[in-house]
Amino acid sequence: MADTVIDTKKPGLMVGWLDLGAMLKECVITALLSAVLFLPFIALHADTGGSGGLVIETRWDSWAWFVLAAFVGRALLVVWRENPSSRTRDMLAKTVVTPVGGFFRKNMVAIGLVALVLAVLFPISPFGNRYSVDVATTWMIYIMLGWGLNIVVGLAGLLDLGYVAFYAVGAYSYALLSQTFGWSFWVCLPLAGVFAAFFGVILGFPVLRLRGDYLAIVTLGFGEIIRVILLNWYNVTNGPDGISGIERPTLFGLEFGRNAAEGGTTFHDFFGLEYSTMYRVVFLFYLILALAVLTNLFTQRIRKLPVGRAWEALREDEIACRSLGMNPTNIKLSAFALGAMFGGFAGSFFATRQGFISPESFTFIESAVILAIVVLGGMGSQIGVVIAAFFLIVLPEMAREFEQYRMLVFGAAMVAVMVWRPRGLLSYRDPTILFSKITGRKSTGREHQA
Amino acid sequence: MSTTAEMLLTVEHLTMRFGGLVAIDDLSFEARNREITSIIGPNGAGKTTVFNCLTGFYKPTVGRLILNHPKSGNTYFLERMEGFKVAQVAHVGRTFQNIRLFGQMSVLENLIVAQHNVLMKASKFSIAGLLRLPVYMRAEREAIDLATYWMDKVGLTDKADWDSQNLPYGDQRRLEIARAMCTRPVMLCLDEPAAGLNPRESLELNDLLVSIRDDHGIGLLLIEHDMSVVMGISDHIVVLDHGRKIADGDPAAVREDPAVIKAYLGEEEDEELPPEVAQDLATSGTGGKP
Ligand SMILES: Nc1ncnc2c1ncn2[C@@H]1O[C@H](COP(=O)(O)OP(=O)(O)OP(=O)(O)O)[C@@H](O)[C@H]1O
Ligand SMILES: [Mg+2]
Repeated sequence: MADTVIDTKKPGLMVGWLDLGAMLKECVITALLSAVLFLPFIALHADTGGSGGLVIETRWDSWAWFVLAAFVGRALLVVWRENPSSRTRDMLAKTVVTPVGGFFRKNMVAIGLVALVLAVLFPISPFGNRYSVDVATTWMIYIMLGWGLNIVVGLAGLLDLGYVAFYAVGAYSYALLSQTFGWSFWVCLPLAGVFAAFFGVILGFPVLRLRGDYLAIVTLGFGEIIRVILLNWYNVTNGPDGISGIERPTLFGLEFGRNAAEGGTTFHDFFGLEYSTMYRVVFLFYLILALAVLTNLFTQRIRKLPVGRAWEALREDEIACRSLGMNPTNIKLSAFALGAMFGGFAGSFFATRQGFISPESFTFIESAVILAIVVLGGMGSQIGVVIAAFFLIVLPEMAREFEQYRMLVFGAAMVAVMVWRPRGLLSYRDPTILFSKITGRKSTGREHQA
Repeated sequence: MSTTAEMLLTVEHLTMRFGGLVAIDDLSFEARNREITSIIGPNGAGKTTVFNCLTGFYKPTVGRLILNHPKSGNTYFLERMEGFKVAQVAHVGRTFQNIRLFGQMSVLENLIVAQHNVLMKASKFSIAGLLRLPVYMRAEREAIDLATYWMDKVGLTDKADWDSQNLPYGDQRRLEIARAMCTRPVMLCLDEPAAGLNPRESLELNDLLVSIRDDHGIGLLLIEHDMSVVMGISDHIVVLDHGRKIADGDPAAVREDPAVIKAYLGEEEDEELPPEVAQDLATSGTGGKP
């Protein structure tokens, strides 16, 4: 904001290298701004009164604390920024960020495998109780959504703010197909993916010519359209009441309920176990884990195929692509379709896990969260998505008491990442093919590049 | 140098208007196969616009652009073709005045992406690719071989795994040419390939372009301001000024052409040429190539 304030004024009250006057001025400006901003957010609080109407109460004490926090925070920031001796920022970069990034980069495959093993062992470990496995399942859903959206945003570079639409299409496809035709989850899952991919193409066509902000706005609109349709097409979607009693998934025909449906067998009967709700929870976890791993492996593989390379080339330069005879329409549509397909898979999993869906689960904020996971994680980075999803999904889940501040922390995290790691937590790109590897020639090191 | 080369490109009455501005005004010229045809002219003369019309980026207001494909024998009307089809079907390759590489992708990847259509066909909707079937693996092997050939040719093999955005400027220019060649074009349009190169690199570029013409037997269209390049390697020069063709012929004839001298040096015809300019013009014909 006021980066130049200190440099332009002639020095006032100097304490060592710190210009107190300028610092004070900066802090007061910040405090005033936050006082205005926090007035509606913090100082005025609307609550339901005794008579059922809304009453506004004032919370001047909290408001004062927030303003004070802004003042002090700014002061610390100035000290940190101006301090010539420590250069905290460089130190942080040298001692933490770069080595950590390098570590991740060098040991990608190992880290991935370790993470996978840990995930597989998690439900049977001492930490694996009903609640924790449930949270982990939610985490996995968002990891999968993040990986799916990564195809569109990270690889093809198409900013999509309506990804939740495909999640919704997948969920409703499964719910409606299973209720109308009585098909099982395993039949409906691929169909839901196909439907979502189809919707991806439908979205893709009108936005072929758009890029960047314009594309983002249209996709945002698309997401809302889908939600509004779900809300209003009462005959089919049951409107705001949603669809309940959605069939639960089975493991090779074994059910996870207490009692089997007619002619069916339950999991616990088959294996001669005591009935426990835990079996289903663990089964759902493994199911989403498998789906997420599938998404990941597919993305890794397709990146090395002509389609995947074309997506990245399109992200880098669409005009150059056309000059090489590549058809941008096909490339974009394939990215939208495949990204949407994984959204659809995740959606049908969501439906079968909840047993109930309504348009409320598919609001814009979901799209925003998924996009935030991709962007914060580092576009195109698979591990980054896992970490970002942890911060955005698991942490808020574990700290339910702080629900109110969730959005505040969310925003702060966004700002922090954009300041220090503008390209995401773990952003780097491995080439899809290494000349030094395929030919064994030594002199081609990437380390030497300027 | 081939004098019996067949016709590759015929441009007839090409006109391009942007609102009231006439960027190209009734331009007609021809380019032959296995020849280097240079398009020169002062800044804003409309050279890049000609390329954009030829390669499907602009739809000409008026005119006809006929390409006789020497390999298939087909005739293509480039002005009627959808943008990317000019490269995909008619095999016209190009480079850009302001380099357009896939910056975050490596040198090798840039060259493989250029072979997208061939590889895409071999990957059979990605299924053969996902399953690593022999038909795809063979195609990929061939793509790598072609890429390696061009990396060797432009001297980038040692930097094969570099991100192309990290290459020095001269390397980026050569990579862009190599990338266009990886599409196996029958005509290659180069927009100021020598811009920003030092004299040594400029000489190497001359050799590269001549080799592309002679060894690969394709026609080149070249936009260039560097007269040592133009006069040294062109078989045929078209001079544009304010969108109109003011001269057309071999380098020797164009260099003497009064209209060209006038366009390059301004309106004052009667004035003597400044001595250093006169010398430049005189020596540039021999200065380019040994
Ligand atoms: N898309 C466009 N819209 C409007 N005017 C354009 C467009 N493209 C080119 N022009 C105009 O057409 C004229 C010719 O431009 P062009 O880029 O073809 O010149 P050039 O000969 O390549 O010049 P230079 O040597 O500087 O590259 C210029 O006056 C330019 O402003
Ligand atoms: Mg130009």
